[in-house]
Amino acid sequence: MIPAPFEYVRAGSVDEAIAALTEHGDDAKLLAGGHSLLPLMKLRLAVPAVLVDISRIPEFSYVRVDGDEVAIGAGTRHFELERSDVARAEVPLLPHVASRVGDPQVRHKGTLGGTVAHSDPASDLPTALLALDGSVVVQGPGGRRSIPVTEFWLGFFETALEPDELVVELRVPRTGTAGWGYEKFTRRENDWPIVAAAAVQGRVALANMAGSVVRATATEEALANGASIEEAAALADQGLEPSSDMHADAEYRRHLARLLTRRALETASRG
Amino acid sequence: MQVTITVNGQQRTDDVEPRLLLAHYLRETCGLKATNIGCDTTSCGACTVIVDGLSVKSCTVLAASADGATVTTLEGLAGPDGELHPMQAAFRSEHGLQCGFCTPGMVMAAIGVLSDNPDPSDREVREGLEGNLCRCTGYHNIVRAVRTAAQAGPSAGQVPA
Repeated sequence: MIPAPFEYVRAGSVDEAIAALTEHGDDAKLLAGGHSLLPLMKLRLAVPAVLVDISRIPEFSYVRVDGDEVAIGAGTRHFELERSDVARAEVPLLPHVASRVGDPQVRHKGTLGGTVAHSDPASDLPTALLALDGSVVVQGPGGRRSIPVTEFWLGFFETALEPDELVVELRVPRTGTAGWGYEKFTRRENDWPIVAAAAVQGRVALANMAGSVVRATATEEALANGASIEEAAALADQGLEPSSDMHADAEYRRHLARLLTRRALETASRG
Repeated sequence: MQVTITVNGQQRTDDVEPRLLLAHYLRETCGLKATNIGCDTTSCGACTVIVDGLSVKSCTVLAASADGATVTTLEGLAGPDGELHPMQAAFRSEHGLQCGFCTPGMVMAAIGVLSDNPDPSDREVREGLEGNLCRCTGYHNIVRAVRTAAQAGPSAGQVPA
């Protein structure tokens, strides 16, 4: 399978990428690791006229502590996040979840910014970022702005990004030694999760239970009001309308959401 | 557009369409047919090659993005006198192949596994090769081959310069 023809532009800096997006607007797509976009282009589900390659932007890849937060460059690849000593010490949920994405070859290419911008409801890392209650820093012609993760993913492949903006950084609060849990159910190890649950500091996020990654708000409220893990996890699917597909029907997804939430909370409670 | 890529130690410059995938570049432009295209969907790993020291699935990389990169395929592993790379030798001695279709990708991915972890356990080998499918299901001997190769020392996790 071969993508439809497109014009290829390599951006050497964030400014060059924004200039290309400004010039081409909706006709342009950004190419980072390419492991979500190129498969869609091969299937002609995405047919961008212009591909702006941002995979070589040098200042784009880092993991560092910045005050109470950890700041991660959008171009940081999954295997870099997985091995980052800073991430392991300050926000261990993230490198663990990075290690559960796809397979080693995929983790060598895929980027954190790419998976955030792609907005697939079944993505591992956005689920973790949502549970961490972080923010997405985006940059456009007018400069930078920060969007809370709770307002970033709007639906299936849909985000709060404007057409001339790109994701430049992800920020998450330092959780240090706070307990965390991540539970993912797949049929085969490197599949997308049928459902996944991330838990940290009383927050729970779910993959594949809606059009985007979502917080299990009923569970969180119950926990805040003193409910036991078992009682709170039983509410994980409340208010959500998961879809049915070839992998699982909606009722099975609800069951998984409750089960995986309970397991993730139990792991988190053990610290 | 023009790309300059070092393939198996030889730098070459080629005119390519922007949409040309690295797997097709290696097979059609360079004539290196060891890199197989199996699933075409980043699932099976048959197209795995080493790009700038990292195992990647070449069916999901543009040749254009590999401009300036160093790529090693299965053909680039053996020495000039035909001496097999330790991973190739181990796949042969442990019979780590059946039909052979997945083998080039398995060998390249296995080198990537040892480059991360020079002495992996069986489980770590299996996790490291999770992105490579063998439809003969000959996994036991493949795992054995990777662990045998690890005994050869650090060269088993490296590609020739």
